[in-house]
Amino acid sequence: MDWQAFEVSIKLALLTSVSLFPIGLGLAYLLSKYNFMGRGVLEAMITLPLVLPPTVLGYFLLVGMDNNSFLGSLFVSLTGHSLAFSFVGLWFASIIYSLPFAVQPMLRSLEQVAPEIREAAWCSGLSKWKTFFKIELPLAWPGIITAMVLSFSHTLGEFGVVLMIGGNIAGETRTLSIAIYDSVLAFEHQQAQSMSLILLAIALVTISLVYTFNRFHPSVVRS
Amino acid sequence: MLQISLQQTRPSTLEVELSCQSGELLALVGPSGAGKSTVLRCIAGLQSPKLGQIQCKNQIWFDDKSSINQTPQQRRVGMVFQNYALFPHLTVAGNIQLALDHNKQHTQQCVDTLLAQVHLGGLGQRYPHQLSGGQQQRVALARALARSPKALLLDEPFSAVDRVTRRKLYLELNTLRRGLDMPIILVTHDLDEAAMLADNICVIHQGKTLQQGKPAQVLYKPDNAAVARQVDVRNLFKAKLVEHDGQVKLSWHDYLFEVGSTNGLSLNQDLYWTLSPSKILLHQRVRPSHGEHENPLTAVINDMVTLRGITTILMLVDETDNTVLQMDLPEHVAMRNQLKIGEMITVSLLSEEIHLMKE
Repeated sequence: MDWQAFEVSIKLALLTSVSLFPIGLGLAYLLSKYNFMGRGVLEAMITLPLVLPPTVLGYFLLVGMDNNSFLGSLFVSLTGHSLAFSFVGLWFASIIYSLPFAVQPMLRSLEQVAPEIREAAWCSGLSKWKTFFKIELPLAWPGIITAMVLSFSHTLGEFGVVLMIGGNIAGETRTLSIAIYDSVLAFEHQQAQSMSLILLAIALVTISLVYTFNRFHPSVVRS
Repeated sequence: MLQISLQQTRPSTLEVELSCQSGELLALVGPSGAGKSTVLRCIAGLQSPKLGQIQCKNQIWFDDKSSINQTPQQRRVGMVFQNYALFPHLTVAGNIQLALDHNKQHTQQCVDTLLAQVHLGGLGQRYPHQLSGGQQQRVALARALARSPKALLLDEPFSAVDRVTRRKLYLELNTLRRGLDMPIILVTHDLDEAAMLADNICVIHQGKTLQQGKPAQVLYKPDNAAVARQVDVRNLFKAKLVEHDGQVKLSWHDYLFEVGSTNGLSLNQDLYWTLSPSKILLHQRVRPSHGEHENPLTAVINDMVTLRGITTILMLVDETDNTVLQMDLPEHVAMRNQLKIGEMITVSLLSEEIHLMKE
Protein backbone atom coordinates (compact mmCIF):
# COMPACT_ATOMS: atom_id res chain seq x y z
CA MET A 1 0.00 0.00 0.00
CA ASP A 2 1.42 3.36 -1.12
CA TRP A 3 0.29 5.69 1.72
CA GLN A 4 2.14 8.62 0.19
CA ALA A 5 0.04 8.27 -3.00
CA PHE A 6 -3.06 7.92 -0.83
CA GLU A 7 -2.22 11.20 0.93
CA VAL A 8 -1.60 13.00 -2.38
CA SER A 9 -4.89 11.67 -3.77
CA ILE A 10 -6.95 12.70 -0.74
CA LYS A 11 -5.28 16.12 -0.55
CA LEU A 12 -5.84 16.70 -4.28
CA ALA A 13 -9.46 15.53 -4.19
CA LEU A 14 -10.27 17.64 -1.12
CA LEU A 15 -8.60 20.78 -2.47
CA THR A 16 -10.27 20.34 -5.86
CA SER A 17 -13.78 19.83 -4.50
CA VAL A 18 -13.40 22.75 -2.04
CA SER A 19 -12.12 25.00 -4.86
CA LEU A 20 -14.97 23.89 -7.10
CA PHE A 21 -17.58 24.97 -4.53
CA PRO A 22 -17.32 28.71 -5.29
CA ILE A 23 -16.23 28.26 -8.92
CA GLY A 24 -18.99 25.75 -9.74
CA LEU A 25 -21.63 27.66 -7.80
CA GLY A 26 -20.71 30.93 -9.51
CA LEU A 27 -20.89 29.36 -12.95
CA ALA A 28 -24.11 27.48 -12.15
CA TYR A 29 -25.72 30.67 -10.80
CA LEU A 30 -24.68 32.58 -13.91
CA LEU A 31 -26.07 29.90 -16.22
CA SER A 32 -29.30 29.45 -14.26
CA LYS A 33 -30.14 33.16 -14.12
CA TYR A 34 -28.90 34.84 -17.26
CA ASN A 35 -29.19 34.37 -20.98
CA PHE A 36 -26.19 36.01 -22.58
CA MET A 37 -24.26 35.85 -25.81
CA GLY A 38 -21.73 33.04 -25.74
CA ARG A 39 -23.69 31.06 -23.16
CA GLY A 40 -23.71 28.02 -25.46
CA VAL A 41 -19.93 28.20 -25.87
CA LEU A 42 -19.42 28.52 -22.11
CA GLU A 43 -21.67 25.52 -21.46
CA ALA A 44 -19.82 23.52 -24.12
CA MET A 45 -16.43 24.42 -22.59
CA ILE A 46 -17.61 23.34 -19.15
CA THR A 47 -18.91 20.04 -20.55
CA LEU A 48 -15.88 19.32 -22.79
CA PRO A 49 -13.92 17.34 -20.16
CA LEU A 50 -16.81 14.84 -20.09
CA VAL A 51 -16.46 13.96 -23.76
CA LEU A 52 -12.79 14.58 -24.54
CA PRO A 53 -10.35 11.68 -24.15
CA PRO A 54 -8.32 12.41 -20.97
CA THR A 55 -5.11 12.28 -22.99
CA VAL A 56 -6.36 15.04 -25.31
CA LEU A 57 -7.40 17.22 -22.38
CA GLY A 58 -4.13 16.38 -20.63
CA TYR A 59 -2.13 17.29 -23.72
CA PHE A 60 -3.72 20.73 -24.05
CA LEU A 61 -3.33 21.38 -20.33
CA LEU A 62 0.30 20.33 -20.55
CA VAL A 63 0.87 22.72 -23.46
CA GLY A 64 -0.95 25.47 -21.52
CA MET A 65 1.25 24.92 -18.47
CA ASP A 66 4.53 24.81 -20.38
CA ASN A 67 7.14 27.26 -19.12
CA ASN A 68 6.94 29.12 -22.44
CA SER A 69 3.17 29.56 -22.24
CA PHE A 70 1.54 32.60 -20.59
CA LEU A 71 0.25 30.65 -17.60
CA GLY A 72 3.43 28.57 -17.21
CA SER A 73 5.78 31.54 -17.43
CA LEU A 74 3.61 33.57 -15.02
CA PHE A 75 3.76 30.73 -12.51
CA VAL A 76 7.54 30.42 -12.91
CA SER A 77 8.00 34.17 -12.42
CA LEU A 78 5.83 34.09 -9.27
CA THR A 79 7.12 30.91 -7.62
CA GLY A 80 10.31 29.97 -9.38
CA HIS A 81 8.90 26.51 -10.05
CA SER A 82 7.43 24.91 -13.14
CA LEU A 83 3.64 24.50 -13.18
CA ALA A 84 3.63 21.29 -15.20
CA PHE A 85 4.61 18.17 -13.22
CA SER A 86 3.87 19.94 -9.93
CA PHE A 87 1.10 19.44 -7.36
CA VAL A 88 -0.26 22.93 -8.06
CA GLY A 89 -0.42 22.14 -11.79
CA LEU A 90 -2.22 18.92 -10.99
CA TRP A 91 -4.66 20.79 -8.73
CA PHE A 92 -5.34 23.31 -11.51
CA ALA A 93 -5.88 20.50 -14.03
CA SER A 94 -8.18 18.67 -11.59
CA ILE A 95 -10.36 21.75 -11.28
CA ILE A 96 -10.69 21.85 -15.07
CA TYR A 97 -11.48 18.16 -15.60
CA SER A 98 -13.87 17.94 -12.64
CA LEU A 99 -15.66 21.17 -13.55
CA PRO A 100 -18.64 19.50 -15.33
CA PHE A 101 -19.12 17.16 -12.35
CA ALA A 102 -19.51 20.23 -10.12
CA VAL A 103 -21.40 22.61 -12.40
CA GLN A 104 -24.03 20.24 -13.82
CA PRO A 105 -25.62 19.06 -10.50
CA MET A 106 -25.45 22.60 -9.08
CA LEU A 107 -27.06 24.03 -12.23
CA ARG A 108 -29.83 21.40 -12.26
CA SER A 109 -30.64 21.98 -8.61
CA LEU A 110 -30.69 25.77 -8.97
CA GLU A 111 -32.92 25.44 -12.03
CA GLN A 112 -35.29 23.26 -10.04
CA VAL A 113 -36.06 26.06 -7.59
CA ALA A 114 -39.42 27.25 -8.92
CA PRO A 115 -39.36 30.90 -10.07
CA GLU A 116 -42.44 31.61 -7.88
CA ILE A 117 -40.45 30.62 -4.79
CA ARG A 118 -37.85 33.23 -5.65
CA GLU A 119 -40.53 35.79 -6.42
CA ALA A 120 -42.36 34.97 -3.19
CA ALA A 121 -39.12 35.74 -1.35
CA TRP A 122 -38.80 39.11 -3.11
CA CYS A 123 -42.42 39.92 -2.27
CA SER A 124 -41.62 38.96 1.32
CA GLY A 125 -39.01 41.72 1.33
CA LEU A 126 -35.87 39.62 0.85
CA SER A 127 -33.13 41.17 -1.30
CA LYS A 128 -31.73 39.13 -4.20
CA TRP A 129 -28.69 38.13 -2.13
CA LYS A 130 -30.78 37.17 0.90
CA THR A 131 -33.08 35.19 -1.41
CA PHE A 132 -30.04 33.34 -2.72
CA PHE A 133 -28.57 32.54 0.68
CA LYS A 134 -31.80 31.90 2.61
CA ILE A 135 -33.96 30.27 -0.06
CA GLU A 136 -32.15 29.16 -3.20
CA LEU A 137 -28.97 27.83 -1.61
CA PRO A 138 -30.73 25.69 1.03
CA LEU A 139 -33.09 24.33 -1.63
CA ALA A 140 -30.23 23.62 -4.02
CA TRP A 141 -28.16 22.05 -1.23
CA PRO A 142 -28.67 18.42 -2.33
CA GLY A 143 -27.31 19.32 -5.78
CA ILE A 144 -24.38 21.17 -4.23
CA ILE A 145 -23.49 18.23 -1.99
CA THR A 146 -23.79 15.90 -4.99
CA ALA A 147 -21.52 18.21 -6.97
CA MET A 148 -18.87 18.26 -4.23
CA VAL A 149 -18.93 14.50 -3.75
CA LEU A 150 -18.81 13.79 -7.48
CA SER A 151 -15.89 16.22 -7.89
CA PHE A 152 -14.10 14.54 -4.98
CA SER A 153 -14.69 11.02 -6.28
CA HIS A 154 -13.88 11.89 -9.85
CA THR A 155 -10.62 13.65 -8.89
CA LEU A 156 -9.71 10.69 -6.73
CA GLY A 157 -10.16 8.30 -9.65
CA GLU A 158 -8.77 10.35 -12.55
CA PHE A 159 -5.87 8.69 -14.33
CA GLY A 160 -5.23 9.95 -17.87
CA VAL A 161 -4.98 13.67 -17.20
CA VAL A 162 -2.97 13.09 -14.00
CA LEU A 163 -0.44 11.01 -15.90
CA MET A 164 -0.12 13.61 -18.66
CA ILE A 165 0.17 16.64 -16.35
CA GLY A 166 1.71 15.29 -13.21
CA GLY A 167 3.82 12.46 -14.43
CA ASN A 168 4.65 10.09 -11.61
CA ILE A 169 6.60 12.00 -8.96
CA ALA A 170 6.30 10.31 -5.56
CA GLY A 171 4.91 12.60 -2.86
CA GLU A 172 4.14 15.31 -5.39
CA THR A 173 2.02 14.08 -8.29
CA ARG A 174 1.79 10.34 -7.78
CA THR A 175 -1.83 9.60 -6.95
CA LEU A 176 -3.46 6.29 -5.99
CA SER A 177 -4.70 5.59 -9.51
CA ILE A 178 -1.15 6.05 -10.88
CA ALA A 179 0.22 3.90 -8.06
CA ILE A 180 -2.28 1.14 -8.96
CA TYR A 181 -1.15 1.30 -12.59
CA ASP A 182 2.50 1.08 -11.50
CA SER A 183 1.79 -1.89 -9.21
CA VAL A 184 0.04 -3.78 -12.01
CA LEU A 185 2.98 -3.11 -14.35
CA ALA A 186 5.33 -4.41 -11.66
CA PHE A 187 3.10 -7.50 -11.11
CA GLU A 188 2.41 -6.40 -7.51
CA HIS A 189 -1.20 -7.52 -7.68
CA GLN A 190 -1.72 -7.69 -3.92
CA GLN A 191 -0.81 -4.00 -3.58
CA ALA A 192 -2.90 -3.03 -6.63
CA GLN A 193 -5.86 -4.89 -5.19
CA SER A 194 -5.73 -3.23 -1.75
CA MET A 195 -5.41 0.26 -3.28
CA SER A 196 -8.24 -0.45 -5.74
CA LEU A 197 -10.42 -1.66 -2.88
CA ILE A 198 -9.74 1.56 -0.97
CA LEU A 199 -10.76 3.69 -3.98
CA LEU A 200 -13.84 1.53 -4.49
CA ALA A 201 -14.86 1.83 -0.81
CA ILE A 202 -14.38 5.61 -0.73
CA ALA A 203 -16.45 6.04 -3.91
CA LEU A 204 -19.20 3.73 -2.69
CA VAL A 205 -19.47 5.28 0.77
CA THR A 206 -19.47 8.90 -0.41
CA ILE A 207 -22.03 8.33 -3.17
CA SER A 208 -24.28 6.28 -0.83
CA LEU A 209 -24.15 9.13 1.68
CA VAL A 210 -25.20 11.59 -1.00
CA TYR A 211 -28.19 9.50 -2.07
CA THR A 212 -29.26 9.01 1.56
CA PHE A 213 -28.91 12.71 2.35
CA ASN A 214 -30.84 13.73 -0.76
CA ARG A 215 -33.69 11.36 0.01
CA PHE A 216 -34.38 13.00 3.36
CA HIS A 217 -33.83 16.64 2.43
CA PRO A 218 -37.03 18.73 2.79
CA SER A 219 -36.74 20.18 -0.69
CA VAL A 220 -36.78 16.66 -2.13
CA VAL A 221 -39.36 15.30 0.30
CA ARG A 222 -41.84 18.09 -0.53
CA SER A 223 -45.03 16.95 -2.16
CA MET B 1 -55.96 53.58 -3.17
CA LEU B 2 -54.26 51.63 -5.92
CA GLN B 3 -54.42 53.07 -9.42
CA ILE B 4 -53.14 51.16 -12.38
CA SER B 5 -52.73 52.19 -15.98
CA LEU B 6 -50.70 49.90 -18.22
CA GLN B 7 -50.05 49.87 -21.94
CA GLN B 8 -47.90 47.65 -24.09
CA THR B 9 -48.14 45.76 -27.36
CA ARG B 10 -45.28 43.30 -26.95
CA PRO B 11 -44.68 40.56 -25.88
CA SER B 12 -48.39 40.55 -25.05
CA THR B 13 -51.00 43.28 -25.38
CA LEU B 14 -51.88 45.24 -22.27
CA GLU B 15 -54.43 48.03 -22.14
CA VAL B 16 -55.33 48.19 -18.50
CA GLU B 17 -57.09 50.86 -16.50
CA LEU B 18 -58.25 49.93 -13.05
CA SER B 19 -58.42 51.23 -9.54
CA CYS B 20 -58.97 49.70 -6.13
CA GLN B 21 -59.81 51.64 -2.98
CA SER B 22 -58.27 50.86 0.40
CA GLY B 23 -60.22 48.09 2.09
CA GLU B 24 -61.90 47.16 -1.18
CA LEU B 25 -61.63 43.77 -2.85
CA LEU B 26 -61.42 44.01 -6.61
CA ALA B 27 -61.77 40.80 -8.62
CA LEU B 28 -59.93 40.71 -11.91
CA VAL B 29 -61.85 38.19 -13.99
CA GLY B 30 -61.28 36.79 -17.43
CA PRO B 31 -60.55 33.53 -19.23
CA SER B 32 -57.19 31.75 -19.09
CA GLY B 33 -54.57 33.72 -20.97
CA ALA B 34 -56.51 36.99 -20.66
CA GLY B 35 -53.57 38.67 -18.94
CA LYS B 36 -54.91 38.67 -15.37
CA SER B 37 -51.75 37.27 -13.81
CA THR B 38 -49.58 39.55 -15.97
CA VAL B 39 -51.39 42.57 -14.53
CA LEU B 40 -50.90 41.24 -11.01
CA ARG B 41 -47.20 40.61 -11.66
CA CYS B 42 -46.85 44.17 -13.00
CA ILE B 43 -48.43 45.52 -9.81
CA ALA B 44 -46.11 43.40 -7.66
CA GLY B 45 -43.07 44.57 -9.63
CA LEU B 46 -42.23 41.08 -10.85
CA GLN B 47 -42.73 42.22 -14.43
CA SER B 48 -42.45 45.62 -16.05
CA PRO B 49 -44.93 46.93 -18.59
CA LYS B 50 -43.66 49.11 -21.44
CA LEU B 51 -45.78 52.15 -20.56
CA GLY B 52 -48.07 53.28 -17.81
CA GLN B 53 -48.27 54.20 -14.18
CA ILE B 54 -48.91 52.29 -10.98
CA GLN B 55 -49.63 54.36 -7.92
CA CYS B 56 -50.44 53.22 -4.41
CA LYS B 57 -51.70 55.97 -2.12
CA ASN B 58 -49.22 58.76 -2.75
CA GLN B 59 -46.36 56.53 -3.75
CA ILE B 60 -45.52 55.93 -7.40
CA TRP B 61 -44.42 52.33 -7.94
CA PHE B 62 -44.05 52.51 -11.69
CA ASP B 63 -43.99 55.39 -14.12
CA ASP B 64 -42.40 55.08 -17.53
CA LYS B 65 -42.30 58.86 -18.00
CA SER B 66 -40.19 59.49 -14.91
CA SER B 67 -38.40 56.12 -15.26
CA ILE B 68 -39.60 54.96 -11.86
CA ASN B 69 -39.75 51.22 -11.44
CA GLN B 70 -39.63 50.11 -7.82
CA THR B 71 -38.57 46.59 -6.93
CA PRO B 72 -41.06 44.16 -5.33
CA GLN B 73 -39.19 44.69 -2.05
CA GLN B 74 -39.70 48.47 -2.23
CA ARG B 75 -43.37 48.22 -3.22
CA ARG B 76 -44.25 46.24 -0.13
CA VAL B 77 -46.98 44.08 -1.57
CA GLY B 78 -48.35 40.91 -0.07
CA MET B 79 -48.81 38.26 -2.70
CA VAL B 80 -50.45 34.84 -2.57
CA PHE B 81 -49.30 32.78 -5.52
CA GLN B 82 -51.45 30.27 -7.36
CA ASN B 83 -49.54 27.32 -5.94
CA TYR B 84 -48.73 29.27 -2.77
CA ALA B 85 -44.92 29.17 -3.36
CA LEU B 86 -44.20 28.34 0.27
CA PHE B 87 -40.55 27.84 1.16
CA PRO B 88 -40.44 24.03 1.46
CA HIS B 89 -37.33 23.89 3.65
CA LEU B 90 -38.82 26.18 6.30
CA THR B 91 -41.54 25.50 8.83
CA VAL B 92 -44.83 27.38 8.76
CA ALA B 93 -43.46 29.76 11.41
CA GLY B 94 -40.21 30.09 9.43
CA ASN B 95 -42.12 31.01 6.29
CA ILE B 96 -43.93 33.79 8.13
CA GLN B 97 -40.89 34.96 10.11
CA LEU B 98 -38.92 35.51 6.92
CA ALA B 99 -41.51 38.02 5.73
CA LEU B 100 -41.72 39.88 9.03
CA ASP B 101 -39.88 43.14 9.41
CA HIS B 102 -36.54 42.31 10.98
CA ASN B 103 -36.67 45.29 13.27
CA LYS B 104 -40.04 44.15 14.55
CA GLN B 105 -40.07 43.24 18.22
CA HIS B 106 -41.82 40.13 19.52
CA THR B 107 -41.41 38.12 16.31
CA GLN B 108 -42.86 34.97 17.85
CA GLN B 109 -45.90 36.89 19.07
CA CYS B 110 -46.45 38.30 15.56
CA VAL B 111 -46.21 34.82 14.05
CA ASP B 112 -48.72 33.45 16.58
CA THR B 113 -51.14 36.34 15.92
CA LEU B 114 -50.93 35.83 12.15
CA LEU B 115 -51.40 32.06 12.50
CA ALA B 116 -54.42 32.60 14.74
CA GLN B 117 -55.81 35.07 12.20
CA VAL B 118 -55.79 32.36 9.51
CA HIS B 119 -56.95 29.61 11.91
CA LEU B 120 -53.65 27.76 11.95
CA GLY B 121 -52.76 28.15 15.62
CA GLY B 122 -50.46 25.35 16.83
CA LEU B 123 -49.23 24.36 13.36
CA GLY B 124 -46.21 26.66 13.35
CA GLN B 125 -43.66 23.88 13.55
CA ARG B 126 -45.01 21.88 10.61
CA TYR B 127 -43.41 21.90 7.18
CA PRO B 128 -45.46 22.86 4.11
CA HIS B 129 -45.50 19.28 2.77
CA GLN B 130 -47.16 18.19 6.02
CA LEU B 131 -50.15 20.50 5.40
CA SER B 132 -53.31 20.13 3.31
CA GLY B 133 -53.93 22.41 0.32
CA GLY B 134 -56.27 24.62 2.35
CA GLN B 135 -53.75 24.94 5.18
CA GLN B 136 -50.98 25.81 2.72
CA GLN B 137 -53.18 28.55 1.28
CA ARG B 138 -53.72 29.96 4.77
CA VAL B 139 -49.96 29.97 5.42
CA ALA B 140 -49.42 31.80 2.13
CA LEU B 141 -52.02 34.37 3.20
CA ALA B 142 -50.42 34.79 6.63
CA ARG B 143 -47.01 35.24 5.00
CA ALA B 144 -48.44 37.82 2.60
CA LEU B 145 -49.91 39.76 5.53
CA ALA B 146 -46.76 39.51 7.65
CA ARG B 147 -45.14 42.56 6.06
CA SER B 148 -48.21 44.73 6.71
CA PRO B 149 -48.45 45.19 2.95
CA LYS B 150 -49.70 48.29 1.19
CA ALA B 151 -51.68 46.10 -1.20
CA LEU B 152 -52.68 42.44 -1.09
CA LEU B 153 -52.57 40.50 -4.35
CA LEU B 154 -54.22 37.09 -4.64
CA ASP B 155 -53.43 35.09 -7.78
CA GLU B 156 -56.13 32.44 -8.16
CA PRO B 157 -55.62 31.35 -4.56
CA PHE B 158 -58.54 28.92 -4.53
CA SER B 159 -57.78 27.05 -7.74
CA ALA B 160 -55.68 24.31 -6.13
CA VAL B 161 -58.12 23.25 -3.41
CA ASP B 162 -61.16 20.99 -3.50
CA ARG B 163 -64.67 22.38 -3.64
CA VAL B 164 -65.55 21.86 0.02
CA THR B 165 -62.33 23.49 1.24
CA ARG B 166 -62.77 26.30 -1.26
CA ARG B 167 -66.18 27.22 0.14
CA LYS B 168 -64.73 27.26 3.64
CA LEU B 169 -61.82 29.44 2.53
CA TYR B 170 -64.21 31.87 0.81
CA LEU B 171 -65.97 32.46 4.09
CA GLU B 172 -62.68 32.82 5.96
CA LEU B 173 -61.31 35.32 3.46
CA ASN B 174 -64.55 37.24 3.58
CA THR B 175 -64.27 37.57 7.36
CA LEU B 176 -60.53 38.27 7.33
CA ARG B 177 -60.69 41.01 4.71
CA ARG B 178 -63.10 43.07 6.79
CA GLY B 179 -60.23 43.75 9.15
CA LEU B 180 -57.82 44.76 6.36
CA ASP B 181 -57.51 48.33 5.21
CA MET B 182 -55.36 47.89 2.13
CA PRO B 183 -56.56 47.44 -1.48
CA ILE B 184 -57.01 43.73 -2.29
CA ILE B 185 -56.89 42.42 -5.85
CA LEU B 186 -58.10 38.89 -6.50
CA VAL B 187 -57.37 37.24 -9.82
CA THR B 188 -59.86 34.54 -10.74
CA HIS B 189 -61.58 32.99 -13.72
CA ASP B 190 -64.48 31.90 -11.53
CA LEU B 191 -67.33 34.41 -11.83
CA ASP B 192 -69.23 32.97 -8.88
CA GLU B 193 -66.13 33.37 -6.72
CA ALA B 194 -65.76 36.97 -7.90
CA ALA B 195 -69.44 37.75 -7.32
CA MET B 196 -69.32 36.23 -3.84
CA LEU B 197 -66.14 37.92 -2.58
CA ALA B 198 -65.60 41.12 -4.51
CA ASP B 199 -66.84 44.65 -3.97
CA ASN B 200 -65.97 45.42 -7.57
CA ILE B 201 -65.27 43.31 -10.62
CA CYS B 202 -63.01 44.21 -13.50
CA VAL B 203 -63.36 42.15 -16.68
CA ILE B 204 -60.20 41.61 -18.68
CA HIS B 205 -59.91 39.98 -22.08
CA GLN B 206 -56.88 39.66 -24.34
CA GLY B 207 -54.96 42.03 -22.09
CA LYS B 208 -57.62 44.77 -22.18
CA THR B 209 -59.80 45.78 -19.28
CA LEU B 210 -63.35 45.96 -20.59
CA GLN B 211 -65.45 47.09 -17.63
CA GLN B 212 -65.07 47.74 -13.92
CA GLY B 213 -68.04 48.03 -11.59
CA LYS B 214 -70.17 46.42 -8.93
CA PRO B 215 -70.71 42.68 -9.44
CA ALA B 216 -74.44 43.08 -10.16
CA GLN B 217 -73.69 45.79 -12.72
CA VAL B 218 -70.95 43.87 -14.53
CA LEU B 219 -72.66 40.47 -14.42
CA TYR B 220 -76.20 41.52 -15.26
CA LYS B 221 -75.84 44.88 -16.97
CA PRO B 222 -72.62 44.65 -18.97
CA ASP B 223 -71.47 47.67 -20.95
CA ASN B 224 -71.28 45.83 -24.24
CA ALA B 225 -71.58 42.42 -25.86
CA ALA B 226 -67.87 41.69 -25.40
CA VAL B 227 -68.21 42.01 -21.61
CA ALA B 228 -71.45 40.03 -21.71
CA ARG B 229 -69.66 37.15 -23.43
CA GLN B 230 -66.84 37.22 -20.88
CA VAL B 231 -69.21 37.17 -17.92
CA ASP B 232 -71.09 34.32 -19.55
CA VAL B 233 -74.56 35.88 -19.74
CA ARG B 234 -76.82 33.08 -20.87
CA ASN B 235 -79.36 35.08 -22.84
CA LEU B 236 -77.54 37.34 -25.28
CA PHE B 237 -79.25 38.22 -28.54
CA LYS B 238 -78.97 40.64 -31.40
CA ALA B 239 -81.97 42.93 -31.98
CA LYS B 240 -83.09 46.44 -33.02
CA LEU B 241 -85.07 49.23 -31.47
CA VAL B 242 -88.11 50.25 -33.46
CA GLU B 243 -90.94 52.70 -33.03
CA HIS B 244 -94.39 51.12 -32.67
CA ASP B 245 -97.59 52.98 -31.80
CA GLY B 246 -95.50 55.93 -30.71
CA GLN B 247 -93.47 53.78 -28.33
CA VAL B 248 -89.87 52.58 -28.61
CA LYS B 249 -89.85 48.78 -28.59
CA LEU B 250 -87.30 46.01 -28.94
CA SER B 251 -87.82 44.09 -32.17
CA TRP B 252 -86.62 40.51 -31.81
CA HIS B 253 -87.80 37.71 -34.11
CA ASP B 254 -91.61 38.14 -34.30
CA TYR B 255 -91.82 39.92 -30.97
CA LEU B 256 -91.94 43.53 -29.94
CA PHE B 257 -90.87 43.91 -26.33
CA GLU B 258 -91.25 46.87 -24.03
CA VAL B 259 -87.99 47.89 -22.38
CA GLY B 260 -87.36 49.84 -19.21
CA SER B 261 -84.49 51.83 -20.64
CA THR B 262 -83.00 52.21 -24.10
CA ASN B 263 -79.60 52.79 -22.48
CA GLY B 264 -78.86 55.69 -24.85
CA LEU B 265 -79.21 53.53 -27.96
CA SER B 266 -81.01 54.91 -31.00
CA LEU B 267 -83.69 53.51 -33.26
CA ASN B 268 -82.75 50.92 -35.91
CA GLN B 269 -79.24 50.66 -34.49
CA ASP B 270 -77.87 47.10 -34.25
CA LEU B 271 -77.70 46.20 -30.60
CA TYR B 272 -77.61 43.33 -28.18
CA TRP B 273 -79.98 42.62 -25.34
CA THR B 274 -79.74 40.36 -22.36
CA LEU B 275 -82.05 39.18 -19.63
CA SER B 276 -81.13 37.12 -16.63
CA PRO B 277 -82.76 33.64 -16.80
CA SER B 278 -84.20 34.30 -13.33
CA LYS B 279 -86.04 37.41 -14.57
CA ILE B 280 -88.36 35.47 -16.85
CA LEU B 281 -91.76 34.61 -15.38
CA LEU B 282 -93.62 31.45 -16.21
CA HIS B 283 -97.33 31.81 -16.91
CA GLN B 284 -99.04 29.25 -14.76
CA ARG B 285 -101.74 27.39 -16.67
CA VAL B 286 -104.01 26.89 -13.68
CA ARG B 287 -103.66 30.33 -12.19
CA PRO B 288 -103.40 33.12 -14.74
CA SER B 289 -102.18 36.37 -13.23
CA HIS B 290 -102.31 40.05 -13.99
CA GLY B 291 -98.64 40.37 -14.97
CA GLU B 292 -99.00 38.11 -17.97
CA HIS B 293 -99.51 41.04 -20.33
CA GLU B 294 -95.91 42.08 -19.86
CA ASN B 295 -93.82 41.00 -22.87
CA PRO B 296 -95.43 37.60 -23.37
CA LEU B 297 -93.54 34.98 -25.35
CA THR B 298 -94.59 31.46 -26.32
CA ALA B 299 -92.05 28.74 -27.03
CA VAL B 300 -91.48 24.99 -26.93
CA ILE B 301 -89.42 23.45 -24.13
CA ASN B 302 -86.32 22.13 -25.86
CA ASP B 303 -84.50 20.80 -22.80
CA MET B 304 -84.52 20.93 -19.01
CA VAL B 305 -81.61 20.64 -16.60
CA THR B 306 -81.89 20.65 -12.82
CA LEU B 307 -78.95 21.55 -10.61
CA ARG B 308 -79.20 22.12 -6.85
CA GLY B 309 -82.88 22.97 -6.82
CA ILE B 310 -82.85 25.23 -9.89
CA THR B 311 -84.34 23.97 -13.13
CA THR B 312 -83.05 25.63 -16.27
CA ILE B 313 -85.57 25.53 -19.10
CA LEU B 314 -84.27 25.92 -22.65
CA MET B 315 -87.06 27.35 -24.79
CA LEU B 316 -86.86 27.10 -28.56
CA VAL B 317 -88.04 30.48 -29.79
CA ASP B 318 -87.16 30.15 -33.46
CA GLU B 319 -86.54 26.80 -35.11
CA THR B 320 -85.01 28.31 -38.26
CA ASP B 321 -81.96 29.70 -36.52
CA ASN B 322 -82.21 27.57 -33.38
CA THR B 323 -82.67 30.55 -31.06
CA VAL B 324 -82.95 29.31 -27.49
CA LEU B 325 -83.95 31.43 -24.48
CA GLN B 326 -83.00 30.21 -21.01
CA MET B 327 -85.20 30.52 -17.95
CA ASP B 328 -84.37 29.48 -14.37
CA LEU B 329 -87.13 28.23 -12.13
CA PRO B 330 -87.11 26.73 -8.66
CA GLU B 331 -87.33 22.96 -9.13
CA HIS B 332 -90.64 22.74 -7.28
CA VAL B 333 -92.24 25.29 -9.66
CA ALA B 334 -91.18 23.21 -12.66
CA MET B 335 -92.59 20.11 -10.98
CA ARG B 336 -95.86 21.74 -9.88
CA ASN B 337 -96.47 23.02 -13.42
CA GLN B 338 -95.62 19.56 -14.79
CA LEU B 339 -93.25 21.01 -17.35
CA LYS B 340 -92.01 18.49 -19.89
CA ILE B 341 -89.73 18.60 -22.91
CA GLY B 342 -91.72 19.30 -26.11
CA GLU B 343 -94.47 21.21 -24.32
CA MET B 344 -95.48 24.71 -25.26
CA ILE B 345 -95.19 27.33 -22.51
CA THR B 346 -95.79 31.04 -22.26
CA VAL B 347 -93.57 33.34 -20.27
CA SER B 348 -93.21 37.04 -19.53
CA LEU B 349 -89.97 38.95 -19.96
CA LEU B 350 -89.70 41.63 -17.28
CA SER B 351 -89.29 44.86 -19.24
CA GLU B 352 -87.34 46.62 -16.48
CA GLU B 353 -84.81 43.77 -16.46
CA ILE B 354 -84.15 43.74 -20.21
CA HIS B 355 -80.72 45.28 -20.62
CA LEU B 356 -79.70 46.77 -23.94
CA MET B 357 -76.11 47.26 -25.00
CA LYS B 358 -74.00 48.02 -28.01
CA GLU B 359 -71.76 45.52 -29.77
